[in-house]
Amino acid sequence: MIQLKDISKVYTLGTQEVEVLRNISLEIKPGEFLSLVGPSGSGKSTLMNILGCLDKPTRGSYFFEGVSVADLSDDQLAEIRNKKIGFVFQSFHLLPRINALQNVELPLIYAGVPRSKRKEKAREVLAAVDLADRIYHKPNELSGGQCQRVAIARALVNNPQIILADEPTGNLDTKSGNEILQIFEKLNRQGVTLVIVTHDLSIARRAHRIVTLRDGEIIKDEVRRGEREGGGMEGGWR
Amino acid sequence: MGILESIRVALEALSSNKVRSALTMLGVIIGVFAVICLIAIGEGAKAYVSKELMGIGSNLLVVTPGKAKTSGGPPISVDSAKKLTYEDAEFIARRSTAVKQVAPIVMGTGKVKYENRSRDTTVLGVTYDFQQVRNLHVEIGSFISADDVDARRKVCTLGRVVKQELFGESNPLGKMVKINDVSFRVIGIMEKKGVTFGFNIDDIVFIPVKTAQELYDTDKLFEILAAATSEKEVDEAKRQITQLLIKRHREEDFTITTQAAMLESMNSILTTLTWVLGAIAGISLVVGGIGIMNIMLVSVSERTSEIGIRKAVGAKRRDILSQFLVESITISALGGLLGMILGVGLARGLAFSFPSLPVKVSLWSIILALSFSVFVGIFFGVYPAHKASKLDPIEALRHE
Ligand SMILES: Nc1ncnc2c1ncn2[C@@H]1O[C@H](COP(=O)(O)OP(=O)(O)O)[C@@H](O)[C@H]1O
Ligand SMILES: [Mg+2]
Repeated sequence: MIQLKDISKVYTLGTQEVEVLRNISLEIKPGEFLSLVGPSGSGKSTLMNILGCLDKPTRGSYFFEGVSVADLSDDQLAEIRNKKIGFVFQSFHLLPRINALQNVELPLIYAGVPRSKRKEKAREVLAAVDLADRIYHKPNELSGGQCQRVAIARALVNNPQIILADEPTGNLDTKSGNEILQIFEKLNRQGVTLVIVTHDLSIARRAHRIVTLRDGEIIKDEVRRGEREGGGMEGGWR
Repeated sequence: MGILESIRVALEALSSNKVRSALTMLGVIIGVFAVICLIAIGEGAKAYVSKELMGIGSNLLVVTPGKAKTSGGPPISVDSAKKLTYEDAEFIARRSTAVKQVAPIVMGTGKVKYENRSRDTTVLGVTYDFQQVRNLHVEIGSFISADDVDARRKVCTLGRVVKQELFGESNPLGKMVKINDVSFRVIGIMEKKGVTFGFNIDDIVFIPVKTAQELYDTDKLFEILAAATSEKEVDEAKRQITQLLIKRHREEDFTITTQAAMLESMNSILTTLTWVLGAIAGISLVVGGIGIMNIMLVSVSERTSEIGIRKAVGAKRRDILSQFLVESITISALGGLLGMILGVGLARGLAFSFPSLPVKVSLWSIILALSFSVFVGIFFGVYPAHKASKLDPIEALRHE
């Protein structure tokens, strides 16, 4: 479902060029549960942003479901972010002035879903992340774990094929982090492809495949024992 | 994202910063308010002028001595060497078929005295027809008659104000007053008429026109008023009077102004005035628009991370563009609406409490002000909205 070929990302700071990603080649199959690890500054977020169609690589080619992302317009990229990819950030990135329900509705608004259907769908997804009793709370009235669950609900609401989570538990205590991970594992069992960036090895080990980055290069790509080669189970969210 | 959705989001964003939104709106409110009020005054003046001119009588022609250099409107400066005489007026009355009445006029000032009271006022030398031509009426006694004119009698009819000043409540009929030290007998009192074009018709003493020529030692007339037989005949009357006077004077050394021409030239002056007033008010609306742009730019930079989030979950450029554009249009349209309510309210209130004040709210000024305010919202909102829509999602998200 995702294919990266010789991806590089170069930032130019003044006259100095910094190559943050070097010749990354990676293939992610539908239904995979992959964790991306590596020291801070190794380029994990940069890679995730490229995967999430939020950023573009300097060199190399990225195929999302066989389509070369470099050839897509801004609007087409927005559509992919809206319908096919769910992004979860370390710092939640919820809109502070609106409540949980409205935050979850946001992708549906941009997908052009009518209002009543939107509300229904957003409620449903919030219930699935166990927040049915918190839908009218604003982000500052929710705990970090609850905020992240709202963010996950928002990522899920358009039934994406893939969830990209950049250190989703980085700002949470162990217990909330564990709850979040359980949600992700359940989603993956239902067939959603999952890529999680983490520092925490105990979390990384719960994935089926661990990719390690250092200085912008993949130094290790191990498939955990007893794991199938992608191809998750059917059914679930759709 | 639908337009209703955009408006809802815009209202939410505006209400989350009420003071700022209100202050920004105030610029537009004042602008629209000023546009509507100033245009109402201009339009009111126009309505006032045409009402006054109609009140004078719509068949009216005014013949003044001297040839005006410009056409349309009463001549500003006249050549005093040229003259109109009483005989000119008689000639017109006799020979013109399109003219119903002719009123030769001598105008002067005089000190009118009765016993120990006196008043400086306007003295008009007139004929009997004057009251018909100008649509004036006598309240008690009588107006100057044709006999009074021919016999050069020293009689006078007093305007209301003059009567009040000299006689108070007592009956002046038959009493002798002195005008510039010449004795006149009072034969009538005019009905109260009020001020027209700043000229108080009640503050006048009427005397026979020939008597006035003697009093002021002149054979010239100030002007000749003529009433056409009907409104349709005004142009014909003008043509006839021109021919007749040229026959007598051997040249066109006079100017004929018709009611329609006066109305037209006054209207064009006042229309220009209205536009100038409206434009001045429009400037304040533009300043209000700059305020909107300023606030929207601040808002875009404050909400950079919001824009990043929206883009990350699938907002397209045009979604962000319309969100911010709708926000600025909402400010300007809402401000415009409030300004309109205030403006119309004030104008109506003024017109209601001071009926004499020339104020007239016209629909076109409301439509103009509202559409201009919406235009201002679009014009000054496009740049900030465009700036927001162009933001790179990753850079916007990183912004805290
Ligand atoms: N916009 C940018 N401009 C310049 N350098 C950047 C930018 N974004 C990230 N970097 C650099 O790229 C490197 C990788 O960053 P990142 O992908 O955030 O690492 P990680 O998520 O693995 O901690 C870091 O050295 C960082 O300083
Ligand atoms: Mg990172």
